[in-house]
Amino acid sequence: MKKFVITIITILVLCAGLGYGSHELTKSTGDSGSKVLNLYNWGDYIDPALLTKFQKETGYHVNVETFDSNEAMYTKIKQGGTNYDLTVPSDYMVQKMKADHMLIPLDKSKLTGMQNYGSSFMNKSFDPGNRYSIPYFWGTLGIIYNDQDVKPGSLEHWNQLWQPQYKDGIMLIDSARDIMGFSLISLGKSVNTTKTANLLAARNKLNRLSPNVKAVVADEIKMYMAEGEAPVAVDWSGEASEMMSQNSHLHYVVPTEGSNMWFDNLVIPKTAKHFKAIYAFLNFMNKPENAAQNAKYIGYSTPNNQALKLLPKSVRNDKQFYPPQKVLDRLQVYSNLSPTKVQQYNDLYLEFKMHH
Amino acid sequence: MAMKKSFKGLFYTPYILWLAMFVIAPVALIIYYSFFDIHHQFTFSNYRVFFESGTYLTMTANSVLYAFLITVISILISYPMALVISRLKHRDLWILLVILPTWINLLLKAYAFIGLLSRDGLVNNLFEFFGIPAQQMLFTDASFILVAAYIQIPFMILPIYNSMTDISDSYIRASSDLGATKWQTLTKIIIPMTMPGIKSGIQIVFIPSLSLFMLSRLIGGNKIITLGTAVEEHFLTTMNWGMGSTIGVVLIISMVVVMLFTNTKRKGRRS
Repeated sequence: MKKFVITIITILVLCAGLGYGSHELTKSTGDSGSKVLNLYNWGDYIDPALLTKFQKETGYHVNVETFDSNEAMYTKIKQGGTNYDLTVPSDYMVQKMKADHMLIPLDKSKLTGMQNYGSSFMNKSFDPGNRYSIPYFWGTLGIIYNDQDVKPGSLEHWNQLWQPQYKDGIMLIDSARDIMGFSLISLGKSVNTTKTANLLAARNKLNRLSPNVKAVVADEIKMYMAEGEAPVAVDWSGEASEMMSQNSHLHYVVPTEGSNMWFDNLVIPKTAKHFKAIYAFLNFMNKPENAAQNAKYIGYSTPNNQALKLLPKSVRNDKQFYPPQKVLDRLQVYSNLSPTKVQQYNDLYLEFKMHH
Repeated sequence: MAMKKSFKGLFYTPYILWLAMFVIAPVALIIYYSFFDIHHQFTFSNYRVFFESGTYLTMTANSVLYAFLITVISILISYPMALVISRLKHRDLWILLVILPTWINLLLKAYAFIGLLSRDGLVNNLFEFFGIPAQQMLFTDASFILVAAYIQIPFMILPIYNSMTDISDSYIRASSDLGATKWQTLTKIIIPMTMPGIKSGIQIVFIPSLSLFMLSRLIGGNKIITLGTAVEEHFLTTMNWGMGSTIGVVLIISMVVVMLFTNTKRKGRRS
């Protein structure tokens, strides 16, 4: 017993010592004083080299804290006790935070470089006139296939997923809104429909997809697809780009009849304090060379058209991640639904998952 | 006298505080939340929805069925194993090896199984070596039950093993002296005497098996939906804490039922 206690105490003392040491090390490189900016971002969602560059140019030190879901971010800011200056919610969450009076409008007179953004990415339904948000990255929902099992060009429409040749061959991302969404699109309905009849039809159509569904999984889908566990998957473009970097046989298509388009956006929450630093940072990120560097590091699609021009030709002309205008016009953005409707989407989705 | 009483109270206080904070308060909160809908209105509708909707009832039936299969398979594997280990020379070492996997995080074990069972995994490579065509093993009922049973087996073996080592050798010798066959000794002496161990094994294994949501997604590919999956969804995605708590209450009640059925009355076992 005595030995055990001594061992535990030794481990604790060692950890405390190492922790203190690393804290001291990071403190000495950090900038003290009020010249800081508190950024609340998704994990690994900005090029760290840009943060160093920003500090060199402006003298503001950026503290980054991370979250892993819109809901977690929302809860933390809502509960209070934080002092985040900027955060990065997705489209429907911008709408929800706006409705709950958690955002501060942007002062357009302090912003430069807003003309760099493409018109397809501005003035969206979740924030008309971009009063509160600047798009950070955007992407789509689409189909990923492995060219060892599926002939390239043979799978381009949502309805083709129902073909018997894909029996037990499709992996779906575990997300109620997205799976119900593509079923709705395949029926020619809006992804934001609140009509029960449409939702029931979408569920019934998904039930018929069951024989083709191999699994409904979360983040693991990237690993499974990279290892060739299934020939086809439905997932977001950002995840697709990660899979494709691990397996060159994978390809991504956005069905031409339409799909979801998602946005992650920079917004100023009510907890913000350092407004000079905030606008310095927003203007810094608006600059084409910085946005391009960030897009190169993250691999998602940038809404900054001037930045896009700076990216390599192979990226710029990649129809998978920068679809042509006629497809862009058919993409739909999710709007924030009432809790009752969110529940209905999820209940019907759960019923689909239980269907055999 | 009064001093002695307050001294006794001092001993009880931490225990009562612990119970109040970590057992009674959380259960009370779950029951409290289960009476509120998404608009934070007091209602009984969560319970009505649960018992009226085919979805939740099928899910409950599924959960109970899979938990039952997992428990049965763990007993079938654990009992003979505990019996053999308890007769071995270095039995402490062997039982340590059985417990060893519980030191590894559940998620790591699940990922290890993905590596084994996947299309290009170790098991399929072995199959191909012997000329058997590759099988789809991940995302099947069988693989889910196998992995879940693997995870639960140490918790089943330990109580059974402990009750076996408690049996004095003289009982076994007496039974063979009186002319019982080995089979009769097993069924008439060892199994009845290890019943408390089996029962506590069932209690430890059955309830967690009702709500294995991580495994049902990673290994089962969400083709098996248990009550745990629904709880996770209600708390994290739809933020419908009321419905999630209602399912929690149902799980607590089923735990009480299992406890009642496997109740072991401590009969005075004098040594």
